[in-house]
Amino acid sequence: MEAVFFILFGAVAVGASIMVVTRRHPLSSALYLLMALFSVAALFVLRQAHFLAAIQLILYAGAVIVLFIFVIMLINVPEERLPSERMTAMRVLGVAAAGILILESALLARRFAMPQPPVAEVGTVEAVGIALFTDYLLAFEITSVLLLAAVIGAISLAKKKI
Amino acid sequence: MTAVLFLVVVALARIAIVFSFCFGLVVVFTWAERKGAAYIQDRRGPNRADILGFRAWGMFHPLADALKFLFKEDFIPDNAQRLFYQLAPMFAVAPVLMSIAVVPFGPDVTIFGRRVALQIADLNVGILYIFAVTGMTVYGVVLAGWGSGSKYPLLGGLRSSAQMLSYEVSMGLSLVGIFMVFESLRLSRIVAGQGELLFGFLPKWGVVVQPLGFILFITAQYAEANRTPFDLPEGESELVAGYHSEYASFKFSMFMMGEYLHMVIGAVVVATLFFGGWQVPFLADTGFVLPGGASVPLPEILVIALRTGSIFLKSLFFTWLYVWVRWTIPRFRYDQVMRLGWKVLLPLSLVNIFATGLVLLLLGK
Repeated sequence: MEAVFFILFGAVAVGASIMVVTRRHPLSSALYLLMALFSVAALFVLRQAHFLAAIQLILYAGAVIVLFIFVIMLINVPEERLPSERMTAMRVLGVAAAGILILESALLARRFAMPQPPVAEVGTVEAVGIALFTDYLLAFEITSVLLLAAVIGAISLAKKKI
Repeated sequence: MTAVLFLVVVALARIAIVFSFCFGLVVVFTWAERKGAAYIQDRRGPNRADILGFRAWGMFHPLADALKFLFKEDFIPDNAQRLFYQLAPMFAVAPVLMSIAVVPFGPDVTIFGRRVALQIADLNVGILYIFAVTGMTVYGVVLAGWGSGSKYPLLGGLRSSAQMLSYEVSMGLSLVGIFMVFESLRLSRIVAGQGELLFGFLPKWGVVVQPLGFILFITAQYAEANRTPFDLPEGESELVAGYHSEYASFKFSMFMMGEYLHMVIGAVVVATLFFGGWQVPFLADTGFVLPGGASVPLPEILVIALRTGSIFLKSLFFTWLYVWVRWTIPRFRYDQVMRLGWKVLLPLSLVNIFATGLVLLLLGK
């Protein structure tokens, strides 16, 4: 049962990610990115990481992509003025490299069996919270300082006079 | 095998009951909104639709509306981006309907010797799940604004998405106090915690322990539902009808449905988090136990009926509150809405978290 869902959501995530980079219109790309994030959240749920899945949806799907779409709407490039896509050597090479990477990871993954589902308790809000404030406290605090720096940077960019 | 069958039947039954509860409340709500508006403005309100001479205080008007929506032409403007235009109404309804899944409508009951929770799914992330899925409704607004290929919807969509994003921040933060007091995100645990008594006589409802949190949450929720005094996204005088100007027929009705469902579910969530959910004051599993020591024993079936009835009544009251506020308070200006969101609600919700933490620390929890 779990394998069925894993294959389903995994396939949707991969397919949607390919669509993100191949669509011509940025808004379509953003919507496919939303789809990919959704499937990844579903994969998190399959691994019992419910908290991570909820946060993924709230932050990435509910806020970050909305901001992307916001910017796309504000810039509002009409369809006919979007740059036309051309086949360049770099792009062909990129696709080939991506193919090799996928093949390699598939070969590598075959050596390992699919891991057993973790016990339900590791993904709960309580477990994640305790881990964040004990074992990973330093990383957590550094991230918050980074975010604070980003906030200050955004304000100083947006405000002409402080 | 029977166990699996039983689980499937129970799951389907719960989903069917909750869905019909929500849609039923939406129908009642559209009627109550018009009647309420009329009485607040000293009018009679809709009272003309009748079936065989019965008018039922205008109760048939929602039915007439639904029929009209179904029979209108389903029109797509020339400039519209067809895919986005069609997707938008779905985004407006589906996520809202999903969000009701974690709300408990009563205590566990025993059916054929098996315990059944009156809740579709008791998730560990609880309220975060509601935030996660209702956060998707903003796509309905954005896609409608963009996909219509017209200026007013675009402006409405932009306004609305900015507003929804801003208020989601203070909405989430205003609930942190509740999580701290009841030590869980699980709605069933929060409701169970609200059954206790404070000082031996005061029900420990969310609104009693978190009065500021309640005011902040309900304000943010009105903004989130694009409801007056925050209904800038569809300010008729400036933007025609905002993001759904170009929609007609059933697609338009889906936007309306999404909006009213949002409010109904918002009311249910407020009742659950701040007004005890299915708890009735002083009602224990066996019957009423009053603070003085007196008790009135009641049969189990009556206790369950009282409890599910109480969440229904509380939800009705908060849906009515939406009507009441809408026809009492005028619309803000857009910059005022933004200032309120970022410069008043957000700092206050942070203060609320700090104060709650301080009190819990001093109480030694």
